[in-house]
Amino acid sequence: MEQKEMIPHLFRTEYSKIVSVLSKWVGFENIEIAEDIASDTFLLATETWGIKGLPENPAAWLYVVAKNRAKDHLKRNSTFSEKIIPAIQQNTGGLNEIDIDLSDKNIIDSQLQMMFAICHPSIPAEAQIGLSLRILCGFGIEEIADAFLTNKETINKRLFRAKEKLRAGKVKLELPPAAEMDKRLETVLTTLYLLFNEGYYSLSQNVTIRKDLCLEAMRLTFLLLENATTNKPKVNALLAVMCFHASRFEARTSADGESILYEDQDTSLWNDGLIKQGEVYLNRASEGNELSKYHLEAAIAHQHTNKSHSPEKWENILQLYNRLLLIEYSPAAALNRAYAVARADGKLIAIRDAEKLNLVKNHLYYLLLEYLYTGIDDEQAIAHLKTAFKLAKSTTDKDHITNRINKIKK
Amino acid sequence: MKDFLFLFRNDYKAMSMGSPEEMQSMTKKWMDWIGSIAAQNKLTDRGNRLGNEGKVVRPDNVVTDGPYTEIKELLGGYTMVKATSLDEAVELAKGCPIFAVGGNVEVRPIDQM
Repeated sequence: MEQKEMIPHLFRTEYSKIVSVLSKWVGFENIEIAEDIASDTFLLATETWGIKGLPENPAAWLYVVAKNRAKDHLKRNSTFSEKIIPAIQQNTGGLNEIDIDLSDKNIIDSQLQMMFAICHPSIPAEAQIGLSLRILCGFGIEEIADAFLTNKETINKRLFRAKEKLRAGKVKLELPPAAEMDKRLETVLTTLYLLFNEGYYSLSQNVTIRKDLCLEAMRLTFLLLENATTNKPKVNALLAVMCFHASRFEARTSADGESILYEDQDTSLWNDGLIKQGEVYLNRASEGNELSKYHLEAAIAHQHTNKSHSPEKWENILQLYNRLLLIEYSPAAALNRAYAVARADGKLIAIRDAEKLNLVKNHLYYLLLEYLYTGIDDEQAIAHLKTAFKLAKSTTDKDHITNRINKIKK
Repeated sequence: MKDFLFLFRNDYKAMSMGSPEEMQSMTKKWMDWIGSIAAQNKLTDRGNRLGNEGKVVRPDNVVTDGPYTEIKELLGGYTMVKATSLDEAVELAKGCPIFAVGGNVEVRPIDQM
């Protein structure tokens, strides 16, 4: 990797480790201090490395500097000595000596605890995703704003409020007790799933950031699998879902950034390695008796990695969507189910089902109806496309629909 | 939205055991019907099937068993849906695969106690 690309990459991966370990040390309520020290460290690294070149072990260099910066802070800053020392003494069992544990184990444990602190049910999902991107994935505020199609101020405010709320709730950096683990893990998985989807379905034109979001969601899910208390079947199922979806990453966007529909994809671009990896996690997910929505989503995503378009495949997908909807309703599952009905049992039956869905504010609903009516009643199909155009919010969606209307008219 | 109970009744004795293919096709019909209700976000509880055996307890500890299978309209299962009116619940019931095998669906509103 070129130095120019390597530094931002390194900062991103090391940011979460440094902030997590330092927050563990100063207490979650002082997380801003940990963030400032990490930022200072990166600033110094950029300056120093720009002049002297890269050190032999850049990560170790960052740790040493972060550690020293933390000690300097302690000496200089009066708030630090008044507020933080008691906190450190509490967190390290009364030791006066400044000793920041930078062992691999403590780095992984701290990140895992940070994940549970951030994915706390007391703050909204949007804020959990934003904080995860900033603190666990080391994304810049501008990158997060880009992913959410908003501006830096909005993101800054959102993160600030979320941290205030967590502080007020006295959230600690620790794994939840065994009795609460299942419920808290559920929130973490929801956030990781949304984080992945944010990248996978994002309207942002920035393909690199979108792919990074997906990879980070996978990395964090993998972190859960590395710890025995959080390595649960449904976590394996979620990682399987992510692997299967990610396997089509190269095939679903054209060179000029246009998205390519599943049916039109060049299947030779599907990543077999990721599909195989997904199958490994799917197998591990089947240990035990639990059948979570992630299991069903993984089974559906697995069917999609089958390159044939046989009616059997779509029949399987339809039955899996039936079962998924029995566990939990979502508009996306309802729309996808109707599409599967069309592929398995024909468009007429699918139209009968789809017209009852009543998702009249959702432009995707009208895109589905357009697909179903095409070839059966083309005038209706175009009318549905026009409704979809009116409901679509982003210019990307509107452009996509305009293209489609032009294509049909030709 | 109000909850409604679907009670499935049929002459289960008259129903012949179909071939595995027929059974599978019946399962698909039931799953597709219940799935289409769930896709409208109108399923409260998928419910369950009821076993054929059973007993009835009457006053004075009189317990009788097994008249059920003789009954033409044996209660075979239930599902709970939500709808804005009885009419809407009836509409939901209309696609039930039980009609193809001679059964019926009783639709009853659930009044909260």
